[in-house]
Amino acid sequence: MYDFALVFSLHHAHRRTLAMALTREQIAGIAALARLNLTPAEIPVYQESLSKILDFVGALQRARTEGVTPMSHPLPGLSQRLRPDVVTEQDRHEEHQRNAPQVAAGLYLVPKVIE
Amino acid sequence: MSELHKRTLTELAAGLRARKFSSVEVVRAFLGRIESRQGTLNAFVSVTSGQALAEAAGADRALASGGGGALTGVPIAHKDLFCTRGVRTSCGSRMLDNFVSPYDATVVARLKAAGAISLGKTNMDEFAMGSSNENSYYGPVRNPWNVQLVPGGSSGGSAAAVAARLVPGATGTDTGGSIRQPAALCGITGIKPTYGRVSRFGMVAFASSLDQGGVLTVSAADAALMLREMAGFDPNDSTSVEAPVPDYVAALDAPLAGLKVGLLKEFFDKGLEAGNERRIREALQVFEKLGAQLREVSLPNLPLSVPTYYVVAPAEASSNLARFDGVRYGYRCKEPRDLLDLYQRSRGEGFGAEVKRRIMTGTYVLSAGYYDAYYLRAQKVRQLITDDFRRAFAEVDVLMGPMTPTAAFAIGAKTDDPIAMYLNDIYTIGANLAGVPAMSVPCGFVAGLPVGLQIVGPHFGEARLLNVAHRYQLETDWHTRVPQGYA
Repeated sequence: MYDFALVFSLHHAHRRTLAMALTREQIAGIAALARLNLTPAEIPVYQESLSKILDFVGALQRARTEGVTPMSHPLPGLSQRLRPDVVTEQDRHEEHQRNAPQVAAGLYLVPKVIE
Repeated sequence: MSELHKRTLTELAAGLRARKFSSVEVVRAFLGRIESRQGTLNAFVSVTSGQALAEAAGADRALASGGGGALTGVPIAHKDLFCTRGVRTSCGSRMLDNFVSPYDATVVARLKAAGAISLGKTNMDEFAMGSSNENSYYGPVRNPWNVQLVPGGSSGGSAAAVAARLVPGATGTDTGGSIRQPAALCGITGIKPTYGRVSRFGMVAFASSLDQGGVLTVSAADAALMLREMAGFDPNDSTSVEAPVPDYVAALDAPLAGLKVGLLKEFFDKGLEAGNERRIREALQVFEKLGAQLREVSLPNLPLSVPTYYVVAPAEASSNLARFDGVRYGYRCKEPRDLLDLYQRSRGEGFGAEVKRRIMTGTYVLSAGYYDAYYLRAQKVRQLITDDFRRAFAEVDVLMGPMTPTAAFAIGAKTDDPIAMYLNDIYTIGANLAGVPAMSVPCGFVAGLPVGLQIVGPHFGEARLLNVAHRYQLETDWHTRVPQGYA
């Protein structure tokens, strides 16, 4: 039913007009949600590539998925293990905070949040 | 002792135990090769010579007193996304360029406990996102078979280092092919175990339902030895499987008579280059001679694995990479105006182009109004693909097919076209989506470049895969070939 020719033809179809092209505003909106600052030069680059990617993954719309249970994990039937509620870790916060950009008195520092 | 680098990991382990040579000699020999080839190949991000030599001296003392584990004194290297206590763990990213891990990943701790000595951290695509190693903050890795070509990715540094005999074995991770594809393009052996077989604790997360650690080595026997020491249940990883680890080494020699091999029909298509197909067909003839029964098997949903992956993996990545906030560790931008500016510029400046592309793709497919159309649908197709594998393994013991559509390609050839780059993973991704083990085995050359045969097994079928690969390697010598100038 599906073959690689389909995927490859989708690939080559990108040279035609895209069925779905993201706007500058949409890219800016996605970047804001993802907390990513983009330079003005980056926006058209991602506009083009994300539009191509969404068009490419659009092949999924052609799959017959009625009645199929979504799969979130490769080993079904595994349940989350519980462990006894006991302390197993030592306090190593000084060692951990050595990687922090800015620390004072054991606290992580960020720009002022409340005036 | 100038020939120590020609010995396999298995031979080195045995020779060290028999005290034919010392660990200090072995470690010095490989460190010397790293030093002289790093400028050309760029396979390493960090080389920990001092620590390695000190550990080698300790290994020699242990061996002298009759102690030591299965890998005592044997040098290895870790892909730079395994956390190593006191050693930078960069993940190939500017974001973690200054990150010194406060703990060891379980894989690192287990190999250390078995006596292995890490010579350093290998280069990789940033956050393991890439198929060519061109996405590293530390620059591309070069393929030792031809330095104008990519080594594959994302474990390209590990693959190039083993192929060039800078180290006899290295760890890697495989989310969508990142062990097997570079192993194929560099002419070495690589195995991605079953999801849950090797602990993910201390492995920097990319896509948590797909990520799996494994090994890149010269031979299947070496992979069996290294994997046996790495694998097994870890209470620190909630998806780690509580099942005993078979002795992969002891299982290597079983005969293949009657082995039922399924040929992945969908992989022998027009995307596969003719030269590569010839090498795969020749390898299949070797298995027939060994008594295997070959038959074609169809996994009809498999061609949808690339689009499925490029929804599922970016979605999980966008969640996982939300932890990089410029506050607790990692890169922070200069003079942030406020907290939002700190987040946005630290992430905008700290992540490279492909990582940002995947975070945004993932953010989009998870966002309100698009979740059902993309993410939920991809999870359903993932189930269809997994069902295809389950049905196939009811009929056959292992599946075989090509690892990559072509041999290694030129550095820069696909960097402008993300879809062309993603299609490198066309034969690798299915195993990740289904969580089944898979490996790449060298099976010949096309125009002087190595080609890999892919062998896929059912869940927890690593012992059989390694056995099948080992029997093939007893009949062939492709895995022993070394690139010119590296013998």
